[in-house]
Amino acid sequence: MGKIVGLTGDETAAEVMRQINPDVLAAYPITPQTETVQRFSEFVADGEVSTEMVRVESEHSAMSACIGAAAAGARAMTATSANGLALMWEIVYIAASCRLPITMFVVNRALSAPINIHCDHSDSMGARDSGWIQIYSENCQEIYDNIIQAVHIGEDKEVLLPVMVTCDGFIISHCTERVELLEDEKVRDFVGKYKNSYPLLDVDSPVTYGPLDLFDYYFEHKRQQIEAMEKVPQIIQKVGEEFGKLSGRTYSLMEEYKTEDADLIVVAAGSTAGTVKTAVEELREEGVKAGLLKIRVFRPFPVVKICQVLREAKAVAVLDRSVSFGAQGGPIFLEVRSALFEEEKRLPVVDYIYGLGGRDISIEQIKGVYRNLQKIADMGKVKKLVDCVGLRE
Amino acid sequence: MREKGWREIPIGGLILEAGNAEEYKTGAWRTFRPIRDEEKCNHCLLCWIYCPDSSIIVEDGKIRDIRYDYCKGCGICATECPVKAIKMVEESEFLKKGGE
Repeated sequence: MGKIVGLTGDETAAEVMRQINPDVLAAYPITPQTETVQRFSEFVADGEVSTEMVRVESEHSAMSACIGAAAAGARAMTATSANGLALMWEIVYIAASCRLPITMFVVNRALSAPINIHCDHSDSMGARDSGWIQIYSENCQEIYDNIIQAVHIGEDKEVLLPVMVTCDGFIISHCTERVELLEDEKVRDFVGKYKNSYPLLDVDSPVTYGPLDLFDYYFEHKRQQIEAMEKVPQIIQKVGEEFGKLSGRTYSLMEEYKTEDADLIVVAAGSTAGTVKTAVEELREEGVKAGLLKIRVFRPFPVVKICQVLREAKAVAVLDRSVSFGAQGGPIFLEVRSALFEEEKRLPVVDYIYGLGGRDISIEQIKGVYRNLQKIADMGKVKKLVDCVGLRE
Repeated sequence: MREKGWREIPIGGLILEAGNAEEYKTGAWRTFRPIRDEEKCNHCLLCWIYCPDSSIIVEDGKIRDIRYDYCKGCGICATECPVKAIKMVEESEFLKKGGE
Protein backbone atom coordinates (compact mmCIF):
# COMPACT_ATOMS: atom_id res chain seq x y z
CA MET A 1 0.00 0.00 0.00
CA GLY A 2 1.03 3.53 -0.62
CA LYS A 3 0.50 6.12 2.04
CA ILE A 4 -1.32 9.35 2.67
CA VAL A 5 0.85 12.23 3.79
CA GLY A 6 0.77 15.97 4.28
CA LEU A 7 3.15 17.69 1.90
CA THR A 8 3.60 21.12 0.34
CA GLY A 9 3.74 21.40 -3.42
CA ASP A 10 7.51 21.75 -3.41
CA GLU A 11 7.90 18.80 -1.06
CA THR A 12 5.58 16.73 -3.22
CA ALA A 13 7.74 17.40 -6.26
CA ALA A 14 10.88 16.43 -4.35
CA GLU A 15 9.21 13.28 -3.03
CA VAL A 16 8.08 12.11 -6.46
CA MET A 17 11.51 12.88 -7.89
CA ARG A 18 12.99 10.71 -5.14
CA GLN A 19 10.68 7.89 -6.15
CA ILE A 20 11.53 8.28 -9.83
CA ASN A 21 15.24 8.46 -8.93
CA PRO A 22 16.43 10.21 -12.11
CA ASP A 23 20.00 9.69 -13.30
CA VAL A 24 20.73 13.40 -13.24
CA LEU A 25 19.16 16.42 -11.57
CA ALA A 26 20.69 19.80 -12.35
CA ALA A 27 19.10 22.83 -10.75
CA TYR A 28 19.66 26.24 -9.28
CA PRO A 29 17.54 27.49 -6.38
CA ILE A 30 14.96 30.20 -6.94
CA THR A 31 11.93 31.17 -4.89
CA PRO A 32 9.34 29.59 -4.79
CA GLN A 33 10.93 26.44 -6.26
CA THR A 34 13.80 26.33 -3.73
CA GLU A 35 12.36 23.78 -1.32
CA THR A 36 12.05 21.18 -4.06
CA VAL A 37 15.74 21.22 -4.86
CA GLN A 38 16.71 21.71 -1.22
CA ARG A 39 14.77 18.64 -0.14
CA PHE A 40 15.99 16.61 -3.09
CA SER A 41 19.59 17.48 -2.23
CA GLU A 42 18.91 15.97 1.21
CA PHE A 43 17.79 12.76 -0.46
CA VAL A 44 21.04 12.79 -2.43
CA ALA A 45 23.12 13.46 0.70
CA ASP A 46 21.31 10.70 2.61
CA GLY A 47 21.85 8.21 -0.20
CA GLU A 48 18.12 7.74 -0.78
CA VAL A 49 18.62 8.23 -4.51
CA SER A 50 21.45 7.36 -6.87
CA THR A 51 20.96 10.62 -8.79
CA GLU A 52 23.98 12.61 -9.89
CA MET A 53 23.06 16.08 -8.65
CA VAL A 54 24.74 18.89 -10.55
CA ARG A 55 24.90 22.09 -8.51
CA VAL A 56 25.12 24.60 -11.31
CA GLU A 57 25.78 28.33 -11.14
CA SER A 58 22.70 29.39 -13.11
CA GLU A 59 19.54 28.07 -14.74
CA HIS A 60 21.18 28.48 -18.14
CA SER A 61 23.68 25.89 -16.98
CA ALA A 62 21.00 23.77 -15.31
CA MET A 63 19.21 23.20 -18.60
CA SER A 64 22.52 22.80 -20.43
CA ALA A 65 23.54 20.07 -17.99
CA CYS A 66 20.17 18.36 -18.44
CA ILE A 67 20.60 18.42 -22.21
CA GLY A 68 24.09 16.96 -21.98
CA ALA A 69 22.88 14.27 -19.60
CA ALA A 70 19.79 13.38 -21.65
CA ALA A 71 21.81 13.23 -24.87
CA ALA A 72 24.30 10.97 -23.14
CA GLY A 73 21.45 8.61 -22.31
CA ALA A 74 20.46 9.68 -18.80
CA ARG A 75 17.03 10.56 -17.43
CA ALA A 76 17.39 14.22 -16.49
CA MET A 77 15.23 16.55 -14.44
CA THR A 78 15.29 20.12 -13.21
CA ALA A 79 13.06 22.65 -11.48
CA THR A 80 12.75 26.41 -11.72
CA SER A 81 10.56 29.51 -11.48
CA ALA A 82 10.06 32.84 -13.24
CA ASN A 83 13.37 34.61 -13.79
CA GLY A 84 15.17 31.29 -13.59
CA LEU A 85 13.11 30.02 -16.50
CA ALA A 86 13.77 33.30 -18.29
CA LEU A 87 17.51 32.87 -17.85
CA MET A 88 17.20 29.32 -19.22
CA TRP A 89 15.39 30.54 -22.30
CA GLU A 90 17.92 29.83 -25.01
CA ILE A 91 18.50 26.29 -23.76
CA VAL A 92 14.80 25.57 -23.19
CA TYR A 93 14.29 25.72 -26.95
CA ILE A 94 17.38 23.58 -27.58
CA ALA A 95 16.09 20.80 -25.30
CA ALA A 96 12.89 20.54 -27.35
CA SER A 97 14.66 20.88 -30.70
CA CYS A 98 17.15 18.13 -29.81
CA ARG A 99 14.13 16.00 -28.87
CA LEU A 100 15.35 15.27 -25.36
CA PRO A 101 12.60 14.23 -22.92
CA ILE A 102 13.69 16.24 -19.89
CA THR A 103 11.14 16.77 -17.11
CA MET A 104 11.03 20.25 -15.57
CA PHE A 105 8.98 21.29 -12.56
CA VAL A 106 8.03 24.94 -13.00
CA VAL A 107 6.67 26.70 -9.95
CA ASN A 108 4.76 29.55 -11.55
CA ARG A 109 5.88 32.97 -10.43
CA ALA A 110 5.57 36.49 -11.85
CA LEU A 111 8.42 37.82 -13.97
CA SER A 112 10.24 40.99 -12.94
CA ALA A 113 10.04 43.97 -12.96
CA PRO A 114 9.06 45.19 -10.40
CA ILE A 115 10.28 42.22 -8.42
CA ASN A 116 7.54 39.87 -7.33
CA ILE A 117 7.99 36.35 -6.00
CA HIS A 118 4.31 35.39 -6.06
CA CYS A 119 2.23 33.46 -8.52
CA ASP A 120 1.17 34.20 -12.01
CA HIS A 121 1.61 32.24 -15.21
CA SER A 122 3.71 34.70 -17.17
CA ASP A 123 6.84 32.54 -16.88
CA SER A 124 5.56 29.29 -18.36
CA MET A 125 3.12 31.03 -20.71
CA GLY A 126 6.08 32.91 -22.15
CA ALA A 127 7.63 29.54 -22.95
CA ARG A 128 4.52 28.25 -24.70
CA ASP A 129 6.13 28.30 -28.15
CA SER A 130 9.37 26.62 -27.08
CA GLY A 131 8.32 23.14 -28.14
CA TRP A 132 7.79 21.79 -24.61
CA ILE A 133 4.71 19.93 -23.50
CA GLN A 134 3.02 21.91 -20.71
CA ILE A 135 0.91 20.35 -17.97
CA TYR A 136 -0.68 22.63 -15.34
CA SER A 137 -1.42 21.27 -11.85
CA GLU A 138 -4.31 22.39 -9.66
CA ASN A 139 -3.01 21.03 -6.36
CA CYS A 140 -0.29 18.96 -4.67
CA GLN A 141 -1.81 15.63 -5.70
CA GLU A 142 -1.75 16.72 -9.32
CA ILE A 143 1.91 17.74 -9.05
CA TYR A 144 2.64 14.23 -7.88
CA ASP A 145 0.53 12.53 -10.53
CA ASN A 146 1.59 14.86 -13.35
CA ILE A 147 5.34 14.46 -12.79
CA ILE A 148 5.05 10.66 -12.91
CA GLN A 149 3.02 10.85 -16.11
CA ALA A 150 5.28 13.53 -17.62
CA VAL A 151 8.26 11.19 -17.58
CA HIS A 152 6.25 8.55 -19.41
CA ILE A 153 4.74 10.99 -21.92
CA GLY A 154 7.98 12.75 -22.84
CA GLU A 155 9.96 9.53 -23.25
CA ASP A 156 7.36 7.84 -25.47
CA LYS A 157 9.12 6.97 -28.74
CA GLU A 158 6.34 8.70 -30.69
CA VAL A 159 6.91 11.89 -28.72
CA LEU A 160 10.47 12.46 -27.43
CA LEU A 161 9.81 15.97 -26.18
CA PRO A 162 10.57 17.67 -22.88
CA VAL A 163 7.72 18.28 -20.45
CA MET A 164 7.02 21.12 -18.03
CA VAL A 165 4.82 20.35 -15.06
CA THR A 166 3.71 23.52 -13.33
CA CYS A 167 2.08 24.50 -10.08
CA ASP A 168 1.08 27.87 -8.66
CA GLY A 169 3.88 29.48 -6.67
CA PHE A 170 3.21 29.76 -2.90
CA ILE A 171 -0.51 29.07 -3.34
CA ILE A 172 0.35 25.42 -3.96
CA SER A 173 4.14 25.20 -3.68
CA HIS A 174 4.05 26.30 -0.03
CA CYS A 175 0.65 24.96 0.94
CA THR A 176 0.45 21.69 2.85
CA GLU A 177 -2.15 19.36 1.39
CA ARG A 178 -3.18 15.75 1.59
CA VAL A 179 -1.26 13.71 -0.96
CA GLU A 180 -1.68 10.03 -1.75
CA LEU A 181 1.67 8.46 -2.53
CA LEU A 182 2.21 5.23 -4.43
CA GLU A 183 4.86 2.75 -3.37
CA ASP A 184 8.35 3.51 -4.68
CA GLU A 185 8.46 0.31 -6.74
CA LYS A 186 5.11 1.04 -8.37
CA VAL A 187 6.31 4.47 -9.46
CA ARG A 188 9.62 3.07 -10.72
CA ASP A 189 7.86 0.31 -12.64
CA PHE A 190 5.47 2.80 -14.18
CA VAL A 191 8.16 5.16 -15.47
CA GLY A 192 10.48 2.29 -16.45
CA LYS A 193 13.99 2.99 -17.67
CA TYR A 194 14.85 5.79 -20.06
CA LYS A 195 16.42 4.38 -23.17
CA ASN A 196 17.86 6.94 -25.55
CA SER A 197 18.11 5.36 -29.01
CA TYR A 198 21.13 7.50 -29.87
CA PRO A 199 23.15 7.99 -26.71
CA LEU A 200 26.24 10.16 -27.05
CA LEU A 201 28.21 7.80 -24.84
CA ASP A 202 27.77 4.86 -27.22
CA VAL A 203 31.25 5.08 -28.73
CA ASP A 204 30.57 2.19 -31.12
CA SER A 205 27.83 4.18 -32.88
CA PRO A 206 28.99 7.79 -32.73
CA VAL A 207 26.33 10.44 -33.30
CA THR A 208 26.36 14.23 -33.49
CA TYR A 209 23.87 16.37 -31.51
CA GLY A 210 23.02 19.94 -32.42
CA PRO A 211 25.03 20.46 -35.61
CA LEU A 212 24.69 23.41 -37.99
CA ASP A 213 21.36 23.18 -39.78
CA LEU A 214 20.73 25.95 -42.27
CA PHE A 215 18.08 26.75 -44.86
CA ASP A 216 18.43 23.28 -46.33
CA TYR A 217 17.15 21.17 -43.37
CA TYR A 218 16.13 23.37 -40.40
CA PHE A 219 12.59 23.73 -41.75
CA GLU A 220 12.24 19.93 -42.04
CA HIS A 221 13.37 19.51 -38.44
CA LYS A 222 10.77 22.03 -37.24
CA ARG A 223 8.12 20.11 -39.20
CA GLN A 224 9.14 16.98 -37.28
CA GLN A 225 8.55 18.85 -34.02
CA ILE A 226 5.08 19.86 -35.20
CA GLU A 227 4.41 16.20 -35.99
CA ALA A 228 5.61 15.03 -32.58
CA MET A 229 3.34 17.57 -30.84
CA GLU A 230 0.37 16.36 -32.87
CA LYS A 231 0.87 12.85 -31.51
CA VAL A 232 1.00 14.04 -27.89
CA PRO A 233 -2.76 14.28 -27.08
CA GLN A 234 -3.38 10.57 -27.68
CA ILE A 235 -0.26 9.62 -25.71
CA ILE A 236 -1.35 11.83 -22.79
CA GLN A 237 -4.78 10.21 -22.92
CA LYS A 238 -3.23 6.72 -22.95
CA VAL A 239 -0.78 7.45 -20.13
CA GLY A 240 -3.57 9.13 -18.13
CA GLU A 241 -5.64 5.94 -18.36
CA GLU A 242 -2.70 3.67 -17.49
CA PHE A 243 -1.99 5.89 -14.51
CA GLY A 244 -5.64 5.59 -13.51
CA LYS A 245 -5.32 1.81 -13.38
CA LEU A 246 -2.29 2.19 -11.14
CA SER A 247 -3.56 4.88 -8.80
CA GLY A 248 -7.32 5.12 -9.20
CA ARG A 249 -6.86 8.64 -10.53
CA THR A 250 -7.43 8.80 -14.27
CA TYR A 251 -6.27 11.84 -16.24
CA SER A 252 -7.27 13.37 -19.54
CA LEU A 253 -6.21 16.45 -21.50
CA MET A 254 -8.54 18.58 -19.42
CA GLU A 255 -11.01 18.31 -16.59
CA GLU A 256 -14.68 19.04 -17.06
CA TYR A 257 -16.54 20.05 -13.94
CA LYS A 258 -20.32 20.13 -14.31
CA THR A 259 -20.01 21.24 -17.94
CA GLU A 260 -22.42 18.70 -19.37
CA ASP A 261 -25.56 20.83 -19.02
CA ALA A 262 -23.78 24.12 -18.32
CA ASP A 263 -24.90 27.36 -19.94
CA LEU A 264 -22.05 29.40 -18.50
CA ILE A 265 -18.55 27.95 -18.56
CA VAL A 266 -15.37 29.37 -17.09
CA VAL A 267 -12.02 28.17 -18.44
CA ALA A 268 -9.13 28.26 -15.97
CA ALA A 269 -5.75 26.67 -15.27
CA GLY A 270 -3.84 26.00 -12.05
CA SER A 271 -5.02 26.42 -8.47
CA THR A 272 -7.78 28.86 -9.44
CA ALA A 273 -9.65 25.93 -10.99
CA GLY A 274 -10.19 24.69 -7.43
CA THR A 275 -11.68 28.04 -6.39
CA VAL A 276 -13.90 28.05 -9.47
CA LYS A 277 -15.24 24.60 -8.50
CA THR A 278 -16.47 26.01 -5.19
CA ALA A 279 -18.09 28.94 -6.99
CA VAL A 280 -19.76 26.51 -9.39
CA GLU A 281 -21.14 24.47 -6.49
CA GLU A 282 -22.57 27.56 -4.80
CA LEU A 283 -24.07 28.86 -8.05
CA ARG A 284 -25.61 25.47 -8.81
CA GLU A 285 -27.40 25.66 -5.48
CA GLU A 286 -28.81 29.00 -6.65
CA GLY A 287 -29.98 27.31 -9.84
CA VAL A 288 -27.34 28.77 -12.14
CA LYS A 289 -26.12 26.29 -14.73
CA ALA A 290 -22.44 27.00 -14.18
CA GLY A 291 -19.51 24.80 -15.21
CA LEU A 292 -15.72 24.77 -15.29
CA LEU A 293 -13.35 23.63 -17.97
CA LYS A 294 -9.94 23.15 -16.40
CA ILE A 295 -6.98 23.38 -18.72
CA ARG A 296 -4.57 20.63 -17.75
CA VAL A 297 -2.54 20.37 -20.94
CA PHE A 298 -1.88 23.76 -22.53
CA ARG A 299 0.77 22.52 -24.97
CA PRO A 300 -0.27 20.91 -27.16
CA PHE A 301 -3.55 22.80 -26.96
CA PRO A 302 -6.43 20.29 -27.14
CA VAL A 303 -8.50 22.15 -29.73
CA VAL A 304 -10.91 19.33 -30.63
CA LYS A 305 -11.84 18.45 -27.06
CA ILE A 306 -12.18 22.11 -26.05
CA CYS A 307 -14.70 22.67 -28.81
CA GLN A 308 -16.64 19.54 -27.85
CA VAL A 309 -17.00 20.73 -24.27
CA LEU A 310 -17.76 24.40 -24.97
CA ARG A 311 -19.98 23.95 -28.04
CA GLU A 312 -23.30 23.81 -26.19
CA ALA A 313 -22.63 26.64 -23.75
CA LYS A 314 -24.32 30.04 -24.02
CA ALA A 315 -21.32 32.10 -22.92
CA VAL A 316 -17.71 31.36 -21.97
CA ALA A 317 -15.21 33.30 -19.84
CA VAL A 318 -11.50 32.54 -19.83
CA LEU A 319 -9.43 33.34 -16.75
CA ASP A 320 -5.88 34.26 -17.71
CA ARG A 321 -3.21 34.61 -15.06
CA SER A 322 -0.80 36.29 -17.48
CA VAL A 323 -0.80 39.04 -20.08
CA SER A 324 0.23 38.82 -23.68
CA PHE A 325 1.09 42.49 -24.01
CA GLY A 326 -0.31 44.02 -27.15
CA ALA A 327 -2.38 40.95 -28.00
CA GLN A 328 -6.15 40.70 -27.94
CA GLY A 329 -6.26 39.06 -24.52
CA GLY A 330 -4.29 36.51 -22.50
CA PRO A 331 -2.69 33.34 -23.89
CA ILE A 332 -5.47 30.92 -22.89
CA PHE A 333 -8.16 33.25 -24.26
CA LEU A 334 -6.38 33.56 -27.59
CA GLU A 335 -6.24 29.77 -27.92
CA VAL A 336 -9.81 29.13 -26.80
CA ARG A 337 -11.33 31.81 -29.00
CA SER A 338 -9.27 30.72 -31.98
CA ALA A 339 -10.32 27.10 -31.44
CA LEU A 340 -14.00 28.12 -31.48
CA PHE A 341 -13.67 30.13 -34.69
CA GLU A 342 -14.45 27.12 -36.88
CA GLU A 343 -17.64 26.34 -34.95
CA GLU A 344 -20.91 26.84 -36.79
CA LYS A 345 -22.54 28.60 -33.85
CA ARG A 346 -20.87 31.81 -32.80
CA LEU A 347 -20.27 31.61 -29.08
CA PRO A 348 -19.57 34.72 -27.00
CA VAL A 349 -16.16 34.34 -25.28
CA VAL A 350 -14.63 36.91 -22.97
CA ASP A 351 -11.33 37.13 -21.15
CA TYR A 352 -10.57 38.11 -17.57
CA ILE A 353 -6.98 38.81 -16.61
CA TYR A 354 -6.58 38.10 -12.90
CA GLY A 355 -4.14 37.28 -10.13
CA LEU A 356 -1.03 38.93 -11.53
CA GLY A 357 1.86 38.93 -9.06
CA GLY A 358 -0.04 36.66 -6.67
CA ARG A 359 -3.16 38.83 -6.27
CA ASP A 360 -5.82 36.64 -4.68
CA ILE A 361 -9.01 35.83 -6.51
CA SER A 362 -12.04 35.13 -4.35
CA ILE A 363 -15.07 32.91 -4.80
CA GLU A 364 -17.17 36.08 -4.83
CA GLN A 365 -15.13 37.56 -7.70
CA ILE A 366 -15.52 34.36 -9.69
CA LYS A 367 -19.27 34.42 -9.05
CA GLY A 368 -19.15 37.97 -10.45
CA VAL A 369 -17.59 36.55 -13.61
CA TYR A 370 -20.50 34.10 -13.91
CA ARG A 371 -22.98 36.91 -13.34
CA ASN A 372 -21.37 38.87 -16.20
CA LEU A 373 -21.57 35.75 -18.33
CA GLN A 374 -25.28 35.50 -17.58
CA LYS A 375 -25.75 39.08 -18.83
CA ILE A 376 -23.79 38.28 -21.98
CA ALA A 377 -25.87 35.15 -22.53
CA ASP A 378 -29.11 37.08 -22.01
CA MET A 379 -28.14 39.95 -24.31
CA GLY A 380 -26.22 37.76 -26.76
CA LYS A 381 -23.72 40.57 -26.93
CA VAL A 382 -20.20 41.16 -25.55
CA LYS A 383 -19.61 44.63 -24.19
CA LYS A 384 -16.01 44.25 -23.15
CA LEU A 385 -13.93 41.48 -24.67
CA VAL A 386 -10.98 41.65 -22.26
CA ASP A 387 -11.27 42.87 -18.69
CA CYS A 388 -9.49 42.54 -15.36
CA VAL A 389 -10.68 40.97 -12.11
CA GLY A 390 -9.33 42.15 -8.78
CA LEU A 391 -7.65 45.25 -10.15
CA ARG A 392 -7.97 48.62 -8.38
CA GLU A 393 -8.98 51.43 -10.72
CA MET B 1 22.74 15.14 -53.64
CA ARG B 2 18.92 14.93 -53.43
CA GLU B 3 17.61 16.84 -50.45
CA LYS B 4 15.42 14.65 -48.27
CA GLY B 5 11.93 15.35 -46.90
CA TRP B 6 11.10 15.72 -43.22
CA ARG B 7 9.96 12.11 -42.87
CA GLU B 8 13.25 10.74 -44.16
CA ILE B 9 15.74 12.40 -41.85
CA PRO B 10 16.74 11.61 -38.25
CA ILE B 11 14.90 13.66 -35.62
CA GLY B 12 16.43 16.49 -33.64
CA GLY B 13 19.09 17.29 -36.23
CA LEU B 14 21.01 14.18 -35.26
CA ILE B 15 23.81 13.04 -37.52
CA LEU B 16 24.02 9.28 -37.25
CA GLU B 17 27.22 8.59 -39.12
CA ALA B 18 30.62 10.15 -38.67
CA GLY B 19 32.60 11.90 -41.41
CA ASN B 20 29.72 12.92 -43.61
CA ALA B 21 30.84 16.54 -44.00
CA GLU B 22 32.20 15.35 -47.36
CA GLU B 23 28.60 15.09 -48.59
CA TYR B 24 27.96 18.74 -47.86
CA LYS B 25 29.46 20.92 -50.54
CA THR B 26 30.31 24.37 -49.30
CA GLY B 27 31.91 25.77 -52.48
CA ALA B 28 28.83 27.88 -53.21
CA TRP B 29 29.56 30.02 -50.12
CA ARG B 30 32.65 31.42 -51.90
CA THR B 31 32.95 35.05 -52.96
CA PHE B 32 36.67 35.00 -53.77
CA ARG B 33 38.26 32.11 -55.68
CA PRO B 34 41.88 31.17 -55.06
CA ILE B 35 43.77 30.85 -58.35
CA ARG B 36 47.16 29.15 -58.14
CA ASP B 37 49.98 30.13 -60.48
CA GLU B 38 51.80 26.90 -61.38
CA GLU B 39 54.86 28.91 -62.51
CA LYS B 40 55.32 30.61 -59.13
CA CYS B 41 54.34 27.69 -56.85
CA ASN B 42 57.30 25.99 -55.18
CA HIS B 43 55.16 23.22 -53.64
CA CYS B 44 56.12 24.08 -50.07
CA LEU B 45 52.66 22.74 -49.01
CA LEU B 46 51.99 25.56 -46.54
CA CYS B 47 48.61 26.12 -48.19
CA TRP B 48 47.81 22.44 -47.69
CA ILE B 49 48.71 22.69 -44.01
CA TYR B 50 46.64 25.83 -43.41
CA CYS B 51 43.55 25.10 -45.51
CA PRO B 52 40.67 24.64 -43.00
CA ASP B 53 38.55 22.76 -45.55
CA SER B 54 41.11 20.22 -46.87
CA SER B 55 40.61 21.78 -50.28
CA ILE B 56 44.23 21.61 -51.47
CA ILE B 57 44.79 18.41 -53.43
CA VAL B 58 48.29 17.00 -53.09
CA GLU B 59 49.70 14.08 -55.04
CA ASP B 60 53.23 12.73 -54.66
CA GLY B 61 54.20 15.64 -52.47
CA LYS B 62 53.12 18.20 -55.05
CA ILE B 63 50.11 20.47 -55.18
CA ARG B 64 47.88 19.37 -58.02
CA ASP B 65 44.70 21.34 -57.68
CA ILE B 66 42.21 23.16 -55.46
CA ARG B 67 38.96 21.39 -54.62
CA TYR B 68 36.43 24.09 -55.46
CA ASP B 69 33.46 21.97 -54.32
CA TYR B 70 34.48 22.68 -50.74
CA CYS B 71 36.71 25.81 -50.83
CA LYS B 72 34.80 28.64 -49.10
CA GLY B 73 37.24 31.27 -50.35
CA CYS B 74 38.59 32.25 -46.96
CA GLY B 75 41.92 33.28 -48.48
CA ILE B 76 44.16 31.77 -45.83
CA CYS B 77 46.15 29.93 -48.53
CA ALA B 78 46.82 33.16 -50.41
CA THR B 79 47.83 34.94 -47.20
CA GLU B 80 50.21 32.18 -46.12
CA CYS B 81 51.80 31.50 -49.53
CA PRO B 82 55.45 32.68 -49.20
CA VAL B 83 55.87 33.14 -52.94
CA LYS B 84 52.53 34.82 -53.67
CA ALA B 85 51.50 32.03 -56.01
CA ILE B 86 47.81 32.18 -55.02
CA LYS B 87 45.63 35.10 -56.00
CA MET B 88 42.09 35.66 -54.70
CA VAL B 89 39.85 36.61 -57.62
CA GLU B 90 36.25 37.68 -57.20
CA GLU B 91 33.96 34.93 -58.53
CA SER B 92 32.04 37.40 -60.72
CA GLU B 93 35.34 38.61 -62.30
CA PHE B 94 36.41 35.02 -62.77
CA LEU B 95 33.15 34.16 -64.54
CA LYS B 96 33.31 37.32 -66.68
CA LYS B 97 36.65 36.19 -67.98
CA GLY B 98 35.12 32.94 -69.09
CA GLY B 99 35.91 31.00 -65.96
CA GLU B 100 39.34 29.87 -67.09
